[in-house]
Amino acid sequence: MKGILDIFTIVAVAAGAFFFLAGTVGLLRFPDTFTRLHALTKADNLGLGLVVIGLLPQMDGVMAGLKLILVWLMVLLASATVSQLIARAVRRGGPEP
Amino acid sequence: MTEALTLALVGLLMALAVWTLVARDTFAAVSGFVPYGLLLTLAWLQLRAVDVAMTEAAIGAGLTGVLLIAAAARLRPTEAPAWAERPGLPTRVLAAIVSAAVAAGIGACVLLLPDPAPTLAPAVAQNIASTGVGNPITAVLMSFRAMDTLLEAVVLLLGLIGVWSLAPDRAWGGRPGPAPTEDPNSILGYLARVLPPIGIVVGVYILWVGADLPGGKFQGATVLAAMWLLVMMAGISDAPAVDRTWVRLALAGGPAVFIAIGLLGAGVAGAFLGYPEGLAKPLIVVVEAALLPSLAVTLALLLTGPPRRKDGDT
Repeated sequence: MKGILDIFTIVAVAAGAFFFLAGTVGLLRFPDTFTRLHALTKADNLGLGLVVIGLLPQMDGVMAGLKLILVWLMVLLASATVSQLIARAVRRGGPEP
Repeated sequence: MTEALTLALVGLLMALAVWTLVARDTFAAVSGFVPYGLLLTLAWLQLRAVDVAMTEAAIGAGLTGVLLIAAAARLRPTEAPAWAERPGLPTRVLAAIVSAAVAAGIGACVLLLPDPAPTLAPAVAQNIASTGVGNPITAVLMSFRAMDTLLEAVVLLLGLIGVWSLAPDRAWGGRPGPAPTEDPNSILGYLARVLPPIGIVVGVYILWVGADLPGGKFQGATVLAAMWLLVMMAGISDAPAVDRTWVRLALAGGPAVFIAIGLLGAGVAGAFLGYPEGLAKPLIVVVEAALLPSLAVTLALLLTGPPRRKDGDT
């Protein structure tokens, strides 16, 4: 059982790390603010989500796991709001996209 | 593995520090400073200094970052003229030499520290029982070195008075910052409705848990201040006029309670800020609880800046 959970953790965290890598590459390579935001939210939402899911079996206790999930939800809320605000600022004639 | 992570962290910290120094654009420098503070938080965590890490994240990266972003936004129009008035080569070389000398001096001091470094940790561990709190950091801040904490709170208040003194005469006693223009039903308004209930619980929890685990009033107050700032930025509630009685009471209340308990100690326990036998823990909790709202209001108003408009101004 322990071995299966460990493999699950390795797979999920590695997948999360891949999304972070892809998001970072997108942030550096995409041509304008809107597409860069699109790349960035993949890292936050999917990357962090997979890392959190992967770490859940390793936590001791339900409370610690719930805290991890709460962290993920907070980051989701913050990143969704901030990307909206950045996109809006650019659309209203802020710095060039 | 851990060593590789530590080395990567140190490398990133150095790179960000250099970036913050050499970036030409003030805003770019500030946007290097904020992740620098967050990485420094990780470094403190690596050193098992969780209290310092939390303070660094809340005050060093968060609060100072917001202050610097506001300053950079304000300096934007003067950025180009400031570059035109760049000092000549001799001045810059001299500045570089002096800076390098200071850095070398600090580095020498760190390297010359005796090993093991002198420490008061055993003395704290021996006497912590007399304070009734379980977190040694809180014991130091609220009992052994309570004077420093009192002065910190007063310094913040003096800083706020300094910020207020920049107000133009006609705006004195008015509301700080620009009038809210944000539509309260925008996405920011949504965040400002969802987040504060969670943030308030977290802020109070950080204060409460500080007695036995890492945490405390400064970190908690920063979270509370951030929630209030969010509500003000989203246009849900306007910043209060600085001549309101409740604002003044909220600002002075915490330090006043601290000083009153200090004077009580002078009478009962024989020393200013001394706690009477057996009452240390409850008195520490009272002081911390009184300081929390004061610090939160002080920090939030520090960030909103000097009063700029009176009600009825257009």
